[in-house]
Amino acid sequence: MTLSEPGSMIHAADLRKSFGGFEAVRGIDVDVRPGEAFGFLGPNGAGKSSTMRMVAAVSPVSGGTLRILGMDPATDGPAIRARIGVCPQEDTLDTELTVWENLFVYGRYFGLPKAEVREKVEELLEFVQLTDKAKAMVDDLSGGMKRRLTIARSLVNSPELLLLDEPTTGLDPQARHVVWDRLFRLKQQGVTLVLTTHYMDEAEQLTDRLVVMDKGLIVAEGSPLALIAEHSTREVAELRFPVAAEGGTHEPLAESVADLAERVEVLPDRLLLYTHDGEETMAKVHERGLEPIATLVRRSTLEDVFLRLTGRTLVD
Amino acid sequence: MAVTIAEVGRSTARSLSAGEATGLLLYRNFLAYRRAWYIFATGFLEPLLYLFSIGVGVGALVGDFTFNGQSVPYAEFVAPGMLAASAMNGSVLDSTFNFFFKLKYNKLFDQMLATPLTTLDIARGELSWSLLRGGIYSAGFLLVMLAMGLVSSWWAVLVVPAALLIGAAFGAVCMALTTWMRSWQDFELVTLATLPMFLFSATFFPVSAYPGVVRWVVEATPLYRGVVLCRELTTGAVTWASAVSVVYLVAMVVVGLLLCRRRLDTLLLT
Ligand SMILES: Nc1ncnc2c1ncn2[C@@H]1O[C@H](COP(=O)(O)OP(=O)(O)O)[C@@H](O)[C@H]1O
Ligand SMILES: [Mg+2]
Repeated sequence: MTLSEPGSMIHAADLRKSFGGFEAVRGIDVDVRPGEAFGFLGPNGAGKSSTMRMVAAVSPVSGGTLRILGMDPATDGPAIRARIGVCPQEDTLDTELTVWENLFVYGRYFGLPKAEVREKVEELLEFVQLTDKAKAMVDDLSGGMKRRLTIARSLVNSPELLLLDEPTTGLDPQARHVVWDRLFRLKQQGVTLVLTTHYMDEAEQLTDRLVVMDKGLIVAEGSPLALIAEHSTREVAELRFPVAAEGGTHEPLAESVADLAERVEVLPDRLLLYTHDGEETMAKVHERGLEPIATLVRRSTLEDVFLRLTGRTLVD
Repeated sequence: MAVTIAEVGRSTARSLSAGEATGLLLYRNFLAYRRAWYIFATGFLEPLLYLFSIGVGVGALVGDFTFNGQSVPYAEFVAPGMLAASAMNGSVLDSTFNFFFKLKYNKLFDQMLATPLTTLDIARGELSWSLLRGGIYSAGFLLVMLAMGLVSSWWAVLVVPAALLIGAAFGAVCMALTTWMRSWQDFELVTLATLPMFLFSATFFPVSAYPGVVRWVVEATPLYRGVVLCRELTTGAVTWASAVSVVYLVAMVVVGLLLCRRRLDTLLLT
């Protein structure tokens, strides 16, 4: 048995989740500290939502240990849920109620007195910029507004721990930035955030520490910067080529430049050259007479870390 | 403004008692239905229309009737049947279509389960809602019966709790069965079960009209138990046999509710 770190918001040891014969989470160890913004980064099907649902105390654990705020979800489900906020992957707003009623009724489910919930609802509508939509029905809101309403709803009980499952998936860039901004403010207020995402930029922007998940396992853990430093080079030179013909690859091209970089990744439409100095590498590539249709020099991202660790891209 | 940090002087979130949880679910449904009160009204009108057309209209041709050894005008015979049927209808609507919508489309229960509420709170709360609806229907119907002079005993006061019991029995069992429904088409089965019960459970004519085995089958249906119970109360013919109906219906409530809760666990807490 593993002992929980003192004050750990979430403590998971060898945590598992199976659906019938299929194991979606295959033994993960996680400790989330108070005040931290913690991320689960991984592609679709990695087991992020399965993990989040167990942490939210709505999905029974199939194996291992899980403690949330020091309590066991198997026995203290309602007590845990009273103290956490949950923003599920799919919005579960009440389509038969207005925006205001959604927040009010939800707040009452937490046993809070009417007057306090009323006050809180006004504050939260302000916070997610939906005050002028208070009387609207949920179905009349845009996707971004619904997401913001879901976030507001998850805050109605003043949670110590906020779980956000893919908070911005499906939103347009502008709506995403509004949500990021709100989450950033929460983080500054000291709320412990746990979020899942398959967007590396979201993970980089919002989290202090993250785990990279793939096929039900954690393949790496650290701060975004540390992960990049550990698993990738400083820069990447991207060479774009026409998509390789059926059956063929860009492997031969890769071999011709292999010595110019620490590592070369071959994708169907491009080569990624991992190097300390992207411009210099690019210059040498041109000297060799290669003619990519486009080139790009950039810094390494978590996407590169994921590619390195799994051989696959995050978003396909 | 600190949106999340619990502020001084504010209450902290907590789990709810069964009573509080039920009250909140009723409140939520009240808010949702406020905008659709006319749906509420149609459920009340239906049995009333039957009472007027068949009880009064056909009753004029039929004349009096012997029930439990006493002579009863036809309308007085039919009215308690309609009352029981309205309790069934009101509750079946809520526990099938509306329950299905909340379960599968509105994701209402997923939402509730993210809070301190439990599956038992949900099953209990939803059942109470159908009960409340059925109770309002039957109380209104009883007033109409009273106004039309179709009540001949003080026992009739108990017909409202009896109607609630009928509503609870059908509500609990239908909620449990609805958890197995896959699409709206499956609800044809509900009509297939309730319509024959409505027509043949000694609602419009006495069970003695049936030959041996058929009579046994009819007497075993839940609506029949409800109809005779109501009729015994409004005509004042209460006997120990009435207790059989009560036990039958209470058993339906308990079994239905527990089954429903178990199914919600398997469906939602995956
Ligand atoms: N209720 C369920 N029943 C069966 N399989 C499931 C269920 N939920 C998730 N899965 C499977 O578990 C795997 C992980 O899913 P999920 O946790 O949703 O991943 P992610 O959120 O990272 O996309 C997927 O292969 C998915 O199909
Ligand atoms: Mg997911």
